[in-house]
Amino acid sequence: MSTQHDQRLAPPGAAPQASALRGPGQEAPPITEPVIELEGVSVCLGGRTILQEVTFTINPGEFIAVLGPNGAGKSTLLKVLLGLIRPSAGTVRIFGQAPRRGNRLIGYAPQHRTLEGALSLRARDLVGFGLDGHRWGPGWFVSGGRQRRAIIEEALAEVDALALADMPVAHLSGGEQQRLLIAQALLSQPRLLLLDEPLSNLDISHEQEIIALIARLCRTHGMTVLLVSHDVNPLLPVIDRVLYLARGHAAIGKPEQVITSATLSALYGAPVEVVEALGRLFVVGVDI
Amino acid sequence: MNIGTLWQHEFIQNAFLAGGCVAIAAALVGYFVVLRAQTFAGEALTDIGFTGATGAALLGLSPLPGMLVLSLLAACTIGLLGERLRGRDIEIGMVLSFALGLGVLFLSLYAASSASHASAGIGILFGSILSVSRGDVWLSLACALGCSLALLILYRPLLFASIDPEVAAARGVPVRLLSVIFLLLLALATAISVLVIGVLLVFALLVAPAAAAARLSPSPARALLLAVLLGLGSTWGGLLIAFLGPGQHLPASFCIATLATLCYAAATLSAHWRQRRPPQVPAQPAHPCKGRRTAA
Repeated sequence: MSTQHDQRLAPPGAAPQASALRGPGQEAPPITEPVIELEGVSVCLGGRTILQEVTFTINPGEFIAVLGPNGAGKSTLLKVLLGLIRPSAGTVRIFGQAPRRGNRLIGYAPQHRTLEGALSLRARDLVGFGLDGHRWGPGWFVSGGRQRRAIIEEALAEVDALALADMPVAHLSGGEQQRLLIAQALLSQPRLLLLDEPLSNLDISHEQEIIALIARLCRTHGMTVLLVSHDVNPLLPVIDRVLYLARGHAAIGKPEQVITSATLSALYGAPVEVVEALGRLFVVGVDI
Repeated sequence: MNIGTLWQHEFIQNAFLAGGCVAIAAALVGYFVVLRAQTFAGEALTDIGFTGATGAALLGLSPLPGMLVLSLLAACTIGLLGERLRGRDIEIGMVLSFALGLGVLFLSLYAASSASHASAGIGILFGSILSVSRGDVWLSLACALGCSLALLILYRPLLFASIDPEVAAARGVPVRLLSVIFLLLLALATAISVLVIGVLLVFALLVAPAAAAARLSPSPARALLLAVLLGLGSTWGGLLIAFLGPGQHLPASFCIATLATLCYAAATLSAHWRQRRPPQVPAQPAHPCKGRRTAA
């Protein structure tokens, strides 16, 4: 997967080198209808400003890594896109429309936490919610048992969790539960996938598998992906751009444009050094 | 006395019929109570219902309507507090103890008015299945049907919202509304449970069969069915033991609570034995551990 930097998605309009920071005229008009458009979006929660006048555009089929220190508003941003949090200012457009709950075009896997009630359920039940969990009625007659089963097992197989299908969720490790949540998000065949820290509970081999899986969905199905991560390095071979959040501000662009000492220092408002060592990027100098 | 002669008494028929309805409603609602970890809310609703029941008795009304009205009101209040309810155990506890205190006041005023009234209080606290009237049977049947029908309609989104409210909300499930509706159903189920088993032993029908079922089967549909069977088994078994039991007549509530507890204990033990994890997926290929976990 090392040479997978694809040509299909030249950075929109080849943004001017230095000014990867948000600003007018940064994004050239995209070729196709953008998937996500944020313009001057601010979010205040409990009197605290989480996001401040964030502006960016994301195009179909892009694989975006969302980076930034804890509390920078990465999860909040995803919730804004899902319509769970209303911004206090600015406009948000998803597939050209205002965000709304229950948008079938979006698949969402939140940050892993222990789902207490889920512990007495089977993996296939948890994943099945992605298919028809929002529908009224018992679903015994509607969902055509065998077909539903096949769809769920296909999704489980995609995240290499088919063997876990009938296990109680209580018996699974954090990483295994994480893979189930990704399978659940994939069930509705979304065109935009929002993944909040999907790699945080995975061991290295599964991390690589999940990244390869998401990259494949992105490339072959043209799915747009926003993946929140605290480490960009395992993602560098596959992502198109990074969205870096800090102090409520956002910078977007190719990794080599954004993850630079100059850009990140401006974003953090404090001197930051980006060091490349052992073929990896390290950000040094602030509490991160 | 055998079952044939027993069944000729109307009060016995009433006890079995009302007990059956209550067991079904309590087991179905109870399964979601266990999933949602809302046993404390169930406790709160029955205790507040107790105040309603004694208040109604004091006013010369039947206790059940009083219980229903107050616990439904409490359910609305708790439901509207919604998310903010988490970690509010202390506030709920304070409201609870005040409500129970009021209930005790009503009860003592009521009991003081006549000697026969004193036993009515015991009936509310520990159940009075033998004094269930035909009217109570119809009422509990209506409540049980209502609960079952509502849960049938809400089944999938309620399950989703109980397990993962965050993703459910993102998928357009009205999580908040469901939480209020569920608390209303819970209030209904606990109110009619009091008829059979009393305020203090409601958990025997509400939580024990459902918790046992959840331990026995990880499939929600099967667990619900199992919960109903265990609830019916404990209730009817308890009544049979109470009526046909050796020697003297034991209190029915005691027999039901004992059977329900035994069910739960047996389920826990069997789950413990099956705990050994079945052989896992073929081991992952050994991966050289690269130093990563860098920040960027």
